[in-house]
Amino acid sequence: MLLRTVARRPFRWVAAVCLLALVLTACGPENYPQSTLLPRGDFAKIADDLLDTTVRWALLVFVLVEGVLLYAIFRFRGKPGDPEPHQTHGNTTVEVIWTVIPALILAAIAVPTVRAIFQTNAVPGKDALTIEVIGHQWWWEFRYPEFNLTTANEMNVPLGRTVSLRMGSTDVIHSFWVPQLSAKRDVFPNRETRMWFSAQAEGDYPGQCAEFCGIQHGRMSHRIKAQKPEEFKAWVAHMQTLAAKPAGAAAAPAASPQYAEGEKLFTAKGCIACHSMVAVNAPKGMVGPNLANVGARSYIAAGTLKNTDANLARWIRDPQGIKKGVLMPNLGLTEAEAQALAAYLRAHK
Amino acid sequence: MATRVLDQHHAQAPAHGDKTGVWSWITTVDHKRIGLLYGATAFFFFLLGGVEALLLRIQLGSPENTFLSAETYNQLFTMHGTTMIFLAIMPLSAMFFNYLIPLQIGARDVAFPRLNAFSYWVFLLGGLFLNASFLFGAAPDQGWFGYANLTSKQYSPGLNVDFWTLGLQILGIASLAAAVNFFVTILNMRAPGMTLMRMPMFVWMSFITQVLLLLAFPVITVALILLMYDRFFGSSFFVPAGGGDPLLWQHLFWIFGHPEVYILILPAFGIVSEVLPVFSRKPLFGYAAMVFSGVFIAFLGFGVWSHHMFSTGMGPLADTFFALTTMLIAIPTGVKIFNWIGTMWGGSLQYKTPLLFAIGFIAMFIIGGLSGVMHSSPPADLQQTDTYFVVAHFHYVLFGGSIFGLTAGAYYWWPKMFGRLLNERLGKLHFWLMLIGFNLTFFPMHFVGLHGMPRRVYTYPEGLGFDLMNQIETAGSFVLTVAFLVFLYNIFQTSRQPANAPADPWNGATLEWSIPSPPPEFNFAEIPTVRGRDALWETKRQRGSTLPEPARVSGAGIHMPNPSYWPLVTAVGVLAVFVSLMVMGYTGVWGVAASIALLFLGVYKWAYEPAG
Repeated sequence: MLLRTVARRPFRWVAAVCLLALVLTACGPENYPQSTLLPRGDFAKIADDLLDTTVRWALLVFVLVEGVLLYAIFRFRGKPGDPEPHQTHGNTTVEVIWTVIPALILAAIAVPTVRAIFQTNAVPGKDALTIEVIGHQWWWEFRYPEFNLTTANEMNVPLGRTVSLRMGSTDVIHSFWVPQLSAKRDVFPNRETRMWFSAQAEGDYPGQCAEFCGIQHGRMSHRIKAQKPEEFKAWVAHMQTLAAKPAGAAAAPAASPQYAEGEKLFTAKGCIACHSMVAVNAPKGMVGPNLANVGARSYIAAGTLKNTDANLARWIRDPQGIKKGVLMPNLGLTEAEAQALAAYLRAHK
Repeated sequence: MATRVLDQHHAQAPAHGDKTGVWSWITTVDHKRIGLLYGATAFFFFLLGGVEALLLRIQLGSPENTFLSAETYNQLFTMHGTTMIFLAIMPLSAMFFNYLIPLQIGARDVAFPRLNAFSYWVFLLGGLFLNASFLFGAAPDQGWFGYANLTSKQYSPGLNVDFWTLGLQILGIASLAAAVNFFVTILNMRAPGMTLMRMPMFVWMSFITQVLLLLAFPVITVALILLMYDRFFGSSFFVPAGGGDPLLWQHLFWIFGHPEVYILILPAFGIVSEVLPVFSRKPLFGYAAMVFSGVFIAFLGFGVWSHHMFSTGMGPLADTFFALTTMLIAIPTGVKIFNWIGTMWGGSLQYKTPLLFAIGFIAMFIIGGLSGVMHSSPPADLQQTDTYFVVAHFHYVLFGGSIFGLTAGAYYWWPKMFGRLLNERLGKLHFWLMLIGFNLTFFPMHFVGLHGMPRRVYTYPEGLGFDLMNQIETAGSFVLTVAFLVFLYNIFQTSRQPANAPADPWNGATLEWSIPSPPPEFNFAEIPTVRGRDALWETKRQRGSTLPEPARVSGAGIHMPNPSYWPLVTAVGVLAVFVSLMVMGYTGVWGVAASIALLFLGVYKWAYEPAG
């Protein structure tokens, strides 16, 4: 019955399907911040251009082949009493044609593909900013050898300058992915992989781990802040102040009693065993994220929660309840202790 | 054609051989009964995998949902994939291999009937073993691809990965034994006159599938043994800390895994190539091209595995090689699609349910094929891999392809298997609900994937634009659920009808339609002589008319293999060996020794049992 309805009004149906597709693809950077279809970096642009090429060919083939199929469905509908149709077994000419044409289309895709393969595998020049990316279950460590800086989950990069990523993992395989800037590259515990990109527009780009890496694979996101070169420079200068205090230096005056309490707890409760509070010369591959500038980050626990006082305190009290399986244990802290720690950490910007 | 009602005496003749009762099913070596056992078991697992999928979809129906915990979600997506591949699509294909290959080549049984029973029992026990993990709260949770080194003892200390490793190993034994059996059956047991190039296309595609199984399964077997050594005996083939390489697992897995894709789809290709000619009332277009494109796909299928690994950074030369071989596969696949349309072209299309599913298969497989070409291009694939775009792609191939094709086959051969035609009205409802539900569920995944939603995440935050599309997908999965409920109802309803299907309800082209529905235990009272392709059409053409309803004759004097329970004992022995390995820590070596003894007892008694 439905078949007959479609047969009577094929154009209305095609129109409806197209409309649905339009609604589904309604693009806007603000709606889809993690979209691969809105490239803001050169690497992602190469991938997107290639996608455009293949989509164009795929749509053409789709419309033609499905169109012919639909035509055959309606045109060759059998009626009772029809004589036996002509018993064709094949036709060499058409068979050769429909073997050659797809081959030509594939060649049209293969040429830009091979070009893009070599482009994306090119080694970035010496002036590139090298950043080490280290995957952990379930967060990202970022290190800037040029500035001796370490941070976690949120990476700052200057606009226009090629960023050369040298990547590894401390545990299992992860995959580093910032859809709008670069594509994916897996990171391994036993080999270095590389990728590069250069951001073309300012922005705060989300990304997340793309290779299944255990129970909290779904909670392993990161962000890349692409800044104007001078802002990036200021950020680096600021980060370089987050260094270990020289031995014997007077402790900085505490901002508040809560801060002082939090600072004490950070050592007393053992937080310090897994987290570093300095950005400069921080040890590599620590179990927990570097917290030197945690107060400045927009999210905590690798994109799990927005970074607010209340969320941070909640996280400190009950990481296992919020992100089960995470390596941070529940320490049995009181509400007051958690708030003190949160105040201490949030002051580190 | 005229449908004749069988006379009462014949209609009441026992369906599958003369024996009835549970024991006769346990000891059966009849390929048709084994086929039905495969079908029933696989369909049960298919429904289980479907329920798992529905739970996953409910969880993803809204952002930050807490319907499933991360732990449960990971177990369910792992078991959904593992179940659908190893416990549903492969054994559903095996049902058709079992039931149809002997019938279509004009044989009385397979080459090794007891080995056939053994394959089934091992498959059943392997499937139960894998699912028993749920009872221990330790279902596999590392993904169906089980990437090292997440599967190492250090990162997966529980029994979860053990269940998976040993379960797949057990299922591999079933697949390999069955592949040997059908390979030999097709080569050696064809009726006189059935040359290779006269074989029905389903037999051809099945034959190619067996070759793929024989070549691909040893690779995963080796990989799983290495993994087993890593986990049970502390070796480090895949553990970096001990000098191993997790990337090695990916190569081994995909050298198996890509041919596996064709193992899942080629039988459906075969089914569709049987259904289309019959319901178009004209022969398959380009028979030889269909055969050789199938062979070519299978051959190339062993040279494309690394396209699953573009994101590992293999370097530009390897990327180029695997991109080009992958693109090449599109050519023979395209040839197949064009030939199917060519078969319909100029035909007199009879819109019965099997044809609807076959056409649905073509329409959906085109979409899956095109998205496949889209990620054969490595730089573009680096955005698509491990996102919902890939989930959309392989569901268009495996659901839109394999499941639509297998469903077409179910409706087409149901009367042959059960002597009852499924209800057409319900069948058409099933088709439309499935087509709509399928596209609602999986089409938006293309977009949500390209918009940056990765696979295998148990939840996603608001604000990334994933919400609406996921809602539509979840709604679609409910439509799919209704579609399968309609199918179940159709099966139930049909089973209450009298078994009065004629031998040849569709004017079939192949030999299975020349014998009563359901066939007697010995299939053919007289082994047919084949005089051309589409053997039965050829016979009808020569006689210039439709054939009379074949009479049910007594099988007295026809020698058939004796029933045996030793294949089951041997299968239990296989299971016992693997289980005892897993619990060796608790039971010690003696459990293993006893299991091996049981296995040997089964093999010994089997070997020396008089075959009749």
